[in-house]
Amino acid sequence: MSLGMVFAVLGAALSTLFAGMGSAWGVGMAGQAAAGVVSEDPEQFAKVLLLQLLPGTQGIYGLLVTFITLSRIGILGGTAITDTHTGLMYLFACLPIAIVGLVSAYHQGRTSVACIGLVAKKPDQFGKAMLFPAMVETYAILALLISILTVTNIG
Amino acid sequence: MGDLDYVYAVARIRVKEKSLLTDMDISQMTALPDARAVLSYVEDRGWGDAESSGDADKVLAAEEKKTADLMRELKIDPSVFALLSYPNLYHNLKAGIKEICTSDPNASAFYPMERYGREEMLRILGENDYKALPAHMQKAAEEAHDVMLKTRDGQKCDVIIDRACLDAMHEAGRKQKNALLRDYVESTIAVTDIKIAVRALRTGKNISFLKEALAPCNELDVRLLAIAASENEEALMNYLETHGFREGAEALKESPSAFERWCDNRLIATIRPQKTNSVSMGPIIAYYLARQNEIKTVRIILTAKANDFPEETTRMRVRDMYG
Repeated sequence: MSLGMVFAVLGAALSTLFAGMGSAWGVGMAGQAAAGVVSEDPEQFAKVLLLQLLPGTQGIYGLLVTFITLSRIGILGGTAITDTHTGLMYLFACLPIAIVGLVSAYHQGRTSVACIGLVAKKPDQFGKAMLFPAMVETYAILALLISILTVTNIG
Repeated sequence: MGDLDYVYAVARIRVKEKSLLTDMDISQMTALPDARAVLSYVEDRGWGDAESSGDADKVLAAEEKKTADLMRELKIDPSVFALLSYPNLYHNLKAGIKEICTSDPNASAFYPMERYGREEMLRILGENDYKALPAHMQKAAEEAHDVMLKTRDGQKCDVIIDRACLDAMHEAGRKQKNALLRDYVESTIAVTDIKIAVRALRTGKNISFLKEALAPCNELDVRLLAIAASENEEALMNYLETHGFREGAEALKESPSAFERWCDNRLIATIRPQKTNSVSMGPIIAYYLARQNEIKTVRIILTAKANDFPEETTRMRVRDMYG
């Protein structure tokens, strides 16, 4: 296996690893807050569940980039990489969703926790409460777009 | 525990905060015709339990118990709530010494507490078993008990116990990592020092009494406070107005109850920012203090109604609410 292939696989792994870590943290924190609310007011289950799920998307984005990368570098499809430059390009193409996924999921988790607190006190403000963590999602989507555009246009 | 370990507990507290009394509730209760109507009002809001119906003391005790149970359920560091209960604990010590020394039973003078309530306190003092008290109380309890037995000087006894309470709070607060708790402790010590200074001035105490009674704190220069309080009322008010306690000084000029009200409102203002804090112990402490404040306010209204105080007088005594 060439060094380029090693770099490309590393990039694919980092996408899922970092973005997944961020999502696990965010969903976990929001889950604790959601459990707190439901223990006192079970009627809020559906609302707080949606807020808990929001930081989970980064993990899915990371997984998507990993699949696309693996299907282009000769592991799930495509042609095997033979040179180091191409491998490094795949690695760098995966970094946006890996890093932005991690950071945005962390902050989205914290925002979700705060918004679960908002729903706990004012359930009628759920619509507004959904918007705050959704704003953080914007940056994960931008990173996802750049990673996909770059991965699919290498070579 | 780190701040993020309180996410679950804070979320539960956010739901609980919905049932806190608001300023509007207090205003409505103040306008009610009598104590029974006030009691019905709070019972309609879920206060009390199956056994407390119609009995004001039992309703308030049930609410105290509910708050204590919730804090236990949330697994908050017991040292935090031990610190918050120091004033009640030392109050029970005072009440215990006075009851033992005067042989005048007064159960209502004690705060109901799981530990160191009336029976336990009387047993400890009766048997001179000071080691059964928390370490920070033992020396003061022995000294105050001795003074009361030998001199019957209740004021001296109070000074010893109050000073020990403030010193214990200062020491425990210094060790706390939570900023709200540190602020609460400092604020409590500052307003208690001011109360002592005012009382000393009005009863003509000298500077050595003040130096003995005032506990050091970060918000006040107790040396200057003692000097001002040993001079005259104008000097004391001037000191307070120029050291960040202008509103307190104005409340003092109005009446002692207005000052008590200002002290409690100052505390509520200290905890109010916790409404926007999602991830620390702060909102839980704030909720606990808010519950204590609303129970105290309902007690004030019930007492005022039972004694036929005019509505305007009652209104001037009620506290701001956190809810």
